[in-house]
Amino acid sequence: MSLSREQIAQRIAQELKDGYYVNLGIGIPTLVANYIPKGIEVLFQSENGLLGMGPFPTEDEVDPDLINAGKQTVTAVTGACFFSSAESFAMIRGGHVDLTVLGAFEVDQEGNIASWMIPGKLVKGMGGAMDLVAGAENIIVAMAHANKAGESKILKKCTLPLTGVNCVKKVVTDLAVLELKDGKFQLLERAPGVSIEEIQRLTEANLIIPDHVPEMRLSA
Amino acid sequence: MAAKLEGSSPRKGFNKVVSTYQEALAGFADGMTVMVGGFGLCGIPEGLIKTVSEMGVKNLTCISNNAGVDGFGLGLWLEHRQIKTMIASYVGENALFEQLFLSGEMQVILTPQGTLAEKIRAGGAGIPAFYTATGYGTVVAEGKDTREFNGRMYVLEESLRADFSLIRAWKADTMGNLIYRKTAMNFNPMMAAAGKITVAEVEEIVQPGELNPEHIHTPGIYVDRVIQGTFEKRIEQRTTR
Repeated sequence: MSLSREQIAQRIAQELKDGYYVNLGIGIPTLVANYIPKGIEVLFQSENGLLGMGPFPTEDEVDPDLINAGKQTVTAVTGACFFSSAESFAMIRGGHVDLTVLGAFEVDQEGNIASWMIPGKLVKGMGGAMDLVAGAENIIVAMAHANKAGESKILKKCTLPLTGVNCVKKVVTDLAVLELKDGKFQLLERAPGVSIEEIQRLTEANLIIPDHVPEMRLSA
Repeated sequence: MAAKLEGSSPRKGFNKVVSTYQEALAGFADGMTVMVGGFGLCGIPEGLIKTVSEMGVKNLTCISNNAGVDGFGLGLWLEHRQIKTMIASYVGENALFEQLFLSGEMQVILTPQGTLAEKIRAGGAGIPAFYTATGYGTVVAEGKDTREFNGRMYVLEESLRADFSLIRAWKADTMGNLIYRKTAMNFNPMMAAAGKITVAEVEEIVQPGELNPEHIHTPGIYVDRVIQGTFEKRIEQRTTR
């Protein structure tokens, strides 16, 4: 069984470590905040100028001056701070954020990522995505392994306009956990019940398959 | 910097408070470059934006992270076809924008958000250009100088300045010292410094000494005019738990 969006987020949440400052992109990455492992503390950075983003507000707590980068109303945790966009991207570009989780249309074995533009469709802009992929030391990409037509999105070379080059390190899809090493994706884990053959069939990039590929553990 | 005062109303000393939007925007003219603070609809100078739409000035180069929504914020300038060139990082959520962009009526320069923030910061700080790794190897770097530092490639990005910066703050004193509220700060502080004439629309104006000097976000030296605004504070994505 391929993973649901929530399960992808759940698996990525296992990569969180105590004391991490984390930036979560829009979509599946946002869900990661729901699965913080017990016993650790992390702070979420929102690039519009908030470190210490909390859950959505109650109806009484809604504040138009307190939003996240997706323009949703949010709350701030105790110990949070606010700052300008320039300060926010100094944190990001300067490599101070420990982990960035973002979505993508395609990734390739050169570490390139395409996530902001599909030619022929309306261009809405890259927002902070190019800065995030250029600045983060540690990037996890959350995405579907293949499109609905069964075409791989884990490629030898991206076909869409790039968001950044040579920056992808780890990819969590609905089928597998992949790590990029020396220009090749290593198959680290597979989704429960998904065969190695199926993953291979839906991966266009060069894939290194170890003798033993464990199933992901999704229980907290 | 006598030129900074051109077009503004007579004033005494460091009192920067103006009482009408017309005074606040005196000198604002066709073909100017204008920065507008805010992230989405959060932290935008609502009254100043509305007044510019009513003034009917045209051919503006507008620098703002986003372009408002249909009928509100910078969406009003789109409705009145006032923008010739838009420099922004993300312009979704706006059907009219799409139409003006696709028809070629308006030029759009999409800029990564962090690069946009730094271009404005650098402009205000007197730095003409800087290198950043953001956008290297992408369309953003096309036609720009690139250079290697410590084994990594960087793109040369030029800074931005504006004839007018229209910003929003929470509290101001009459001397133009500003404090922002929560994430309504966003692009406002850098734009304050990058405008030849900076107009701050604020929620509350107090006397000098009432704001703690240690808590000032934007020093008054960057601010030319302060106006008391009234704000609808529309929410784009009301999400609750």
